[in-house]
Amino acid sequence: MTPDLIYGAAGLAVFGIGLWGAIALQDRMRRLLGLKLCSVGAGFVLIVGAWREPPAAPDPVPHALVITGIVVMLSATAAALALIRRLHDLEAADDRA
Amino acid sequence: MSEPLFLFDLLLALAVVAIAAAALLVRDAFAMIVLFVVFGLLSALAWVRLAAPDVALAEAAIGTGLTGALLLKTLHHLRARGMAGWEPGAAAPRPVPRAVASLNAGLTLAVVAGLGVAILGSPLRVTGLEIAVAEAMPLSGVDNPVTAVLLNFRAYDTLMEVVVLLAAIIVVWQVERGADAAPAPSLGPIWQGFARLTLPAAAIVGVYLLWAGAEAPGGAFQGGAMLAAIGLMLLLTGLYRPHPDHRATARLLFVLGTVAFAAVALLVAGAGRASFEYPQGHAKTLILLIEGLVTISIAVTLTALFHGREPAALKGELRHDP
Repeated sequence: MTPDLIYGAAGLAVFGIGLWGAIALQDRMRRLLGLKLCSVGAGFVLIVGAWREPPAAPDPVPHALVITGIVVMLSATAAALALIRRLHDLEAADDRA
Repeated sequence: MSEPLFLFDLLLALAVVAIAAAALLVRDAFAMIVLFVVFGLLSALAWVRLAAPDVALAEAAIGTGLTGALLLKTLHHLRARGMAGWEPGAAAPRPVPRAVASLNAGLTLAVVAGLGVAILGSPLRVTGLEIAVAEAMPLSGVDNPVTAVLLNFRAYDTLMEVVVLLAAIIVVWQVERGADAAPAPSLGPIWQGFARLTLPAAAIVGVYLLWAGAEAPGGAFQGGAMLAAIGLMLLLTGLYRPHPDHRATARLLFVLGTVAFAAVALLVAGAGRASFEYPQGHAKTLILLIEGLVTISIAVTLTALFHGREPAALKGELRHDP
């Protein structure tokens, strides 16, 4: 058992947990968190793919891809949270009416 | 692989998976966010073990720190507006029919099994692009391979990434346009002293991360996230209050990085060179110029994403600042 196998399995499990959360949970913030877990799981798999047995250096191209993915996921999260806040406000206004 | 490190890897991987599941299943939304932050930091630790320190820094600062702050800010907003389902110990959600629940679980298992087969079937530890990158490193102008890929070899990807960040702030401002003024979270006066003590140090760390990115782990995104943390602290302590008059400056700073990045790409083109084909000997200068301006844009955009609604003088909330 080398680190790439251990963390590869962990990344796959995190992706699966996130996917389940995104489709099966009802709460909007938890669904969003599920998607975020999917992105971290995918990051695990990419970084495992870039890993080489030391002392060989890892492949930097997947690393750059994952950094890009982290920033894109933050952008998507911020947009989704703005939608959640707005939806919540509209529903609260409906409840008062 | 020596025994203690093997145990460490195994325990860390188990903790990451267990905390990911716990974050989704815990009842209280605040506990969910705290568990998510712990999950993100442990993931970053795992990525250090996989020899990816640049990615670990980005995940800790952006994927965990700033994402956690955005989640907490939204939770504050939802709880301040008061709605059943957001209070701790609220009523359970609508029950899901058993057939739907098993369909969801089955679908997830099928996707994970398919991915697992695909990953196990793919050749492990084959040579990827690292040899091509290593051969081109002397021409890249920097010594950190990840920075070379991000800002030289695959600079188009990074330009698009900056555009996505710009799109995010446009979406957030548009979605919340016309919404009532949200109750802003505030830390109170004691934190102002803390902020005055720590902010200069945070600024130095942020600029250091940007500068070190040329030869060591770090770079524009990690440095920008560190500087955005200063912005969050200024907002939370009330040392800076967004004002409608600041919108023009903010918009300018949002687009600064994208414009500078695209301008360099276009200006180096010509004379037989493609865009992003930096002239010999000037690569380091151009990369630092792009990184510096992009860092400013990232920091301001991330701070604005945290603040959310555009600071606009709408009817009913005209400000009367002294």
